[in-house]
Amino acid sequence: MSNAPVTRVVLAKLGLDGHDRGIKVVARILRDAGMEVIYLGLRQTTASIVAAAEEEDADAIGLSMHNAGHLALAPAMIAALAEADLAIPLIIGGIVPEQDVAVLEEAGVAAILGPGAAAEEVVAAVRGAVSA
Amino acid sequence: MTDQKRWQEQHDATQLRDVPFETMSGVPVDPVYGDGPLPGQYPYTRGLHAAGYRSRLWTMRMFAGFGTAEDTNTRFKEILRNGGTGLSTAFDMPTLMGYDSDSPWAFGEVGRAGVAVDTLRDMEDLYADIDLGTVSTSMTINGPAAAVLAMYIAVGEKTGVAKTDLAGTIQNDILKEYQAQKEYIYPPRQSMRIVTDMIRYTSAEMPKWHPVSISGYHIREAGSTAAQELAFTLANGFAYVEAAVAEGQDVNQFGRRLSFFFNAHADFFEEIGKFRAARRIWARWMKERYGATDERAMMCRFHTQTAGVSLTAQQPENNIARVAIQALSAALGGTQSLHTDSFDEALALPSEKAARIALRTQQIVAHETGVTIVADPLGGAPYVEWMTDEMERQAEAVFAHLDELGDGSILEGVYAGIENGYFVGEIADAAYRFEREVNADRRIIVGVNDFIEGNEGNETNLLRIDSTTEELQRKRLETVKHERESAAVEATLAALRRAADDSTVNLMPPIIDAVKAYATEEEISNAMRDVFGTYVEQAIV
Repeated sequence: MSNAPVTRVVLAKLGLDGHDRGIKVVARILRDAGMEVIYLGLRQTTASIVAAAEEEDADAIGLSMHNAGHLALAPAMIAALAEADLAIPLIIGGIVPEQDVAVLEEAGVAAILGPGAAAEEVVAAVRGAVSA
Repeated sequence: MTDQKRWQEQHDATQLRDVPFETMSGVPVDPVYGDGPLPGQYPYTRGLHAAGYRSRLWTMRMFAGFGTAEDTNTRFKEILRNGGTGLSTAFDMPTLMGYDSDSPWAFGEVGRAGVAVDTLRDMEDLYADIDLGTVSTSMTINGPAAAVLAMYIAVGEKTGVAKTDLAGTIQNDILKEYQAQKEYIYPPRQSMRIVTDMIRYTSAEMPKWHPVSISGYHIREAGSTAAQELAFTLANGFAYVEAAVAEGQDVNQFGRRLSFFFNAHADFFEEIGKFRAARRIWARWMKERYGATDERAMMCRFHTQTAGVSLTAQQPENNIARVAIQALSAALGGTQSLHTDSFDEALALPSEKAARIALRTQQIVAHETGVTIVADPLGGAPYVEWMTDEMERQAEAVFAHLDELGDGSILEGVYAGIENGYFVGEIADAAYRFEREVNADRRIIVGVNDFIEGNEGNETNLLRIDSTTEELQRKRLETVKHERESAAVEATLAALRRAADDSTVNLMPPIIDAVKAYATEEEISNAMRDVFGTYVEQAIV
């Protein structure tokens, strides 16, 4: 592992949702696990995330959603990545009701992390998505 | 006169509720126990009122809002039918950020986390068939607070309720937005002008209105400790006082209308100590530092909400127990009003059934437990008094830091703390510390890192807002835009822009004119964005 390139993860809040407690904790968890984290902050658009992912040569993108907008916003992000021809796995964290998990997976989301996910689960989800 | 005698006079002058003031076994009890400053006496550690809840229970104010104005209006009526005694309005993200439902920013978020309000028409429907002259209303909105208050005033006028009779609270606590909730529009100092204009306007025109609800709730939800919640909130309160005093307002007049909003979290005694310390600190600072002489301007009146962040998605029914214990701490801490969270809120907005159980929970605390028949029943208990002192000590250390940062001004200290990342950094550190402790199993969250049997498949009947709401709301907006007189909209917005450019003019009257012309919330916000600019937070982890 020590010679493997460092995993680079772009984290962002897409849209207006300002709940940033979770994503900041996730950023520190991933850093503690040795990853390079690029946190874009609040009020990002699909375009700003695509641009950052390209520029930062991201291995994975993590978006946090707490306002029930995931069914609209996650597919929009997937579409924007496809449009830009970027094959970067998308991970969604936050409040995603159980019945929506399959819908998001079907739409192409690589992993979904719900409330209470332990640090190891967060790290494993990113590693799994990157190596898949 | 002794404390005891003064207390007796105050108590005897109070109208009491018609309930037996005895235990359920029939043991008669006194209204208060102990000595020293009693409830209703400065510095109000033991409560604001001599008779505690014997005179009046807290207001049971349930926060609600989703979908269109009509959807939420139905829920409001349901709450009032079920014995709720006040309304509290949750707006959706686009509304909270000053965007209309047809903005590109609104995509996917219309009506999802609250009700969508674009124009006065939505507010008319939101409060339809509810008598604003008798119900008090709280509105949780900050960046665009002035536009929403203006709409409320206009709805009152249209339904024959004068603004002098409108009772309620608008959150309008912009400082904590930069620190925790992140629903700001303009930069801090420009935002502060809007806040002080609103304080001045309501002080003069709306005697029953609370123009700012200085809120620790969101600071705590974002991850702070109890003492940080207490300290940052009261520091923000001092900042508003300094800003209003600086522009010539009378601390005794506006001080009476300031109110607070705290979180009731999981650690029972820490919360009770926090509530008691809040009253004591506020009274001392208002009297000693800001020279208030009217006792009502020294009183820290507060609303409480149980801790949303403490709710677990795992075994959600367990949240009913959490909420009950947190509600009890708010009652023992002497809150003026209370929202109890619904057990399904870790998963979605409250379903109707879950919201009813939450209301019932506080009704059980109020009517069955006996904690309301004695004021400050825990006062004098060594641990409770120690915890109260400890909360105060930790808060005072924060005030000293901010005072130094601001060179003798808490207001400037708070601005500096926003600019240099002090608040967001402290909050993020505390959140991370807590998360690591849970992760290392040093702290047990039932159903999350222990006692996990039963975690599977109990997620049903969530409130779902589908995407038809977004289409419906856009159509509603389109209709209003089509029907309104566009010349009047343009004229009122131009007047608002001029007012924004002249700091000697109060912003409320031109905003009221604009909402009456059915200018949208985004148009009103844009008029001020043009003049004030916008705020972008530096992304730090």
